Amino acid sequence: MISKIVDSAYEAVAPVGDGARIAIGGFGGAGQPEDLIDALIEHGSKDLTIVSNNAGNHEEGIAALLKAGQVSKIICSFPRMSHSYVFDELYRAGKIELELVPQGNLAERLRAAGVGLGAVYTPTGYGTLLAKDKPTMMINGKGYVLEYPIEVDFAFVKAELGDRWGNLTYRKAARNFGPVMAMAARHTIVSVDQVVPLGQLDPEQIITPGIFVKTMVCRSTPIQGALS
Amino acid sequence: MSQARRNAIASRVARDIPEGAYVNLGIGLPTLVADHMPQDKEIFLHTENGILGRWEAAGKGEEDWDLINAGKEPIRLSPGAAFFHHADSFGMMRGGHLDICVLGAYQVSMRGDLANWHTNAPDATPAVGGAMDLAVGARHVYIVMELFDKQGRSKLLPQCTYPVTGLQCVDRIYTDVATFEIREDGVYVPELIGDMSFETLQRRLPVPLSR
Repeated sequence: MISKIVDSAYEAVAPVGDGARIAIGGFGGAGQPEDLIDALIEHGSKDLTIVSNNAGNHEEGIAALLKAGQVSKIICSFPRMSHSYVFDELYRAGKIELELVPQGNLAERLRAAGVGLGAVYTPTGYGTLLAKDKPTMMINGKGYVLEYPIEVDFAFVKAELGDRWGNLTYRKAARNFGPVMAMAARHTIVSVDQVVPLGQLDPEQIITPGIFVKTMVCRSTPIQGALS
Repeated sequence: MSQARRNAIASRVARDIPEGAYVNLGIGLPTLVADHMPQDKEIFLHTENGILGRWEAAGKGEEDWDLINAGKEPIRLSPGAAFFHHADSFGMMRGGHLDICVLGAYQVSMRGDLANWHTNAPDATPAVGGAMDLAVGARHVYIVMELFDKQGRSKLLPQCTYPVTGLQCVDRIYTDVATFEIREDGVYVPELIGDMSFETLQRRLPVPLSR
């Protein structure tokens, strides 16, 4: 019997070694898998590259991971948020490398990694600082920038419901980067609100099919019959 | 800018958005445009974090932090909304499906280059978000801004001096003094707001205008 459910977030993140590249879902706090991030802090891997839309705020989630000194590089679109002082201080002190990527390019480069494309030509950023020194091409009179996939070793994703095969649904706008990050990673770890019995999710409603999911942890007690 | 001036700009943008349009409203003043949209005129709002439909700010005590807009503020949806993931959301922009986006700006050039993400301030943390995707992706880019900065300098310029967000992407600029259209043959002024005459406006701006 196949079950992708593991007992704890700590067990789920145990394979993350030093130097790993990890995509972490979320747009601000919505969709950010805080339990997995907290487990990674406890696990203690170092020299990580994080791919995420934001760089966290206050001292929670990604900001806590940064504060713990575990991240050497972040690839993101919008590190500046209210109370993003942890990132700001590290950045000004030269203690973290930032690769700033327009948000749509971030999503599409992750998608390219997930679907096996060698690169994409995107109009976003053409003629700007963020396309400096990148190859460009004119196609039908419009300028495009060559952007490479963002390959990641792991993805940390928050979803709402999952079954033991890893099929997922999301909750409202917490979906955001979850589906593309789950596809982009070799090893996707998902934190779900609830595990439901196989067959309970309507196949028409599944947003991320289980093929993209390696392991899953449940933030509540799995309901009767969900594990068999 | 005074609240009255902000409202005046927002209401003019709202007036010019046709029924049935798919519209992305940027953070800040652009968000105010939704408040000036008559409820019986059906338009579709788009937010980069994956929602289409119509919404308003969530009331105090009913915030759902999985249901936020691009400014990360909680919202309340009206019936008919749809959720989707980030790659689809930005595909809607680049793919030419979004009719209009309304953005703020630091500077706009006379040929429609937009600068709204970075001021070259040495201590600023750079951040871009979805601005570059919207600038090149939306079929029409409308800018809302004060025409003059705090030192009285025009923000409509022959060339942007700040790093650009997108090239030749702006169609229209709504300001507290006048509305401008960036056309193939130059900058056109369809309407003046307030007391300034066209001649005075032309004297104060470093770009040639027509009307």
